[in-house]
Amino acid sequence: MDVIIENLPLYWEGLLRTLFLSVVSGIIALVLGTFLAAARVSPVAALRGFSTVYVEVLRNTPLTIAFFFAAIVLPRLGVTFEQFEVAAIIALSAYTSAFIAEAVRSGVNSVPVGQAEAARSIGMKFGQVLSLIILPQALRTVIPPMINILIALVKNSSVAGAFFVLELFGYGRQMANANGDQVMAVLLGVAFFYLLLTVPLGILASTVERKVAIAR
Amino acid sequence: MSSVLYDVPGPKARRVSLIGSVIGSVLIIGLLAWIIMTLAQQGIFEGRRWAIFTRGDVWMLLGNGIGATLSAAAIAAVIAFPLGLMLCLLRISLVPWIRIPTRVVLEFLRGMPVVLMMLFVLLVFGTSSFIAVVAGLVLYNAAIFAEILRAGIQSLPKGQREAGLTIGLTSFQSRMLIELPQAVRRMMPSLVAQLVVLLKDTSLGYIVAYGELLRAVQVMADFLGNAYLFPIFFVAAAIYIAINICVSRLAVWIERRGSKKAAGGVAKAEAAAVETAAK
Repeated sequence: MDVIIENLPLYWEGLLRTLFLSVVSGIIALVLGTFLAAARVSPVAALRGFSTVYVEVLRNTPLTIAFFFAAIVLPRLGVTFEQFEVAAIIALSAYTSAFIAEAVRSGVNSVPVGQAEAARSIGMKFGQVLSLIILPQALRTVIPPMINILIALVKNSSVAGAFFVLELFGYGRQMANANGDQVMAVLLGVAFFYLLLTVPLGILASTVERKVAIAR
Repeated sequence: MSSVLYDVPGPKARRVSLIGSVIGSVLIIGLLAWIIMTLAQQGIFEGRRWAIFTRGDVWMLLGNGIGATLSAAAIAAVIAFPLGLMLCLLRISLVPWIRIPTRVVLEFLRGMPVVLMMLFVLLVFGTSSFIAVVAGLVLYNAAIFAEILRAGIQSLPKGQREAGLTIGLTSFQSRMLIELPQAVRRMMPSLVAQLVVLLKDTSLGYIVAYGELLRAVQVMADFLGNAYLFPIFFVAAAIYIAINICVSRLAVWIERRGSKKAAGGVAKAEAAAVETAAK
């Protein structure tokens, strides 16, 4: 127990770094994922094709491979970063955006057909139908799965710890090496801090889900 | 749905769409060409770098990596499913002092990064990395399987359980004979989708030094020299992604088949029929 209290500043720093990685990648992924979903339902065949291939490949890529690519292969190809955080954010947001795109697309599919028909019958174009009528409703219905994706993102950011980024998991590994006799306490501490992030998000997800269920 | 979003394109819209497609394709091809040029400048495409794939031992190492990946995934899946089933039964138990602790354990396991569990098992119990990988995967996925099955049981019409109890089955018998079989069938797509996640998560074994596919890549790159990193990584990633896409396709196929046969009751079948008609 002492080892946790002694290292509290490290835990705190790791928590902040994990939060930073998750928030930045989460925002990028949300924007990118929404655009990918829009491309997936658009009339332009090339956009549809691109979006389909991107989502299909990224969704089936193990996260570690994405990280390995961003952190180890990319620098060898001449793309260098000042910090490995950038590589982590690239890997996390590219990976998560594929899942967001799938969630948004399923939301688009869940909007009643009449909504789109009504919008088109009053003369709206594709861009207007999507941005004014369909997406606002679609995004609302997919908030609970979206939060689950963000929870997964927080947990996935732990992989960054193995690729030269010092976040919660990275610090945890360091502390475990430094305090070989109290590994269990150190790692349980790390677990506690992860739960501090994921459990409230999970509660939020189920609350929102219940609210949406009532509204429908 | 997508066809409802816009008109059947007329000549003008088709022209615009065609131009857009051409420009988009040119951009993507340009980007790919730029990447290939950059790679070529670094000599990535020199024959000697790829010539290593004519060597048997490279394929043998890759094969070992794939074998290690698949065996960890298979063993973890086989253990995780029954465990998930058990946890699910405990989670919906009528006895509060069984139900509530199980719920806490499940929340704990679900809120935890898998790689942290692997590291925990590896360092605290001092096991081999294989056991650490399998244990991490089992703990996490059993919790997820339990939640999926619970959702399946809760989605069943109430009458199923009531009927079971009425004909004199005990609560446990009703769960095992009436509710679980239907829940498993109904949740098959989610369960298979979770198997894909499990397979993907074996790659986390790289972090706890388990000799799976990615670790094999790293070892070979260290051994043969960094010049070979890209070719080996490229081939290994392609293999990994191909395996995953196959399992994902299987999940989609099961889902389609399920909705056609309308597993899980009349109410569901009608809803599904309406949905497909709407699309």
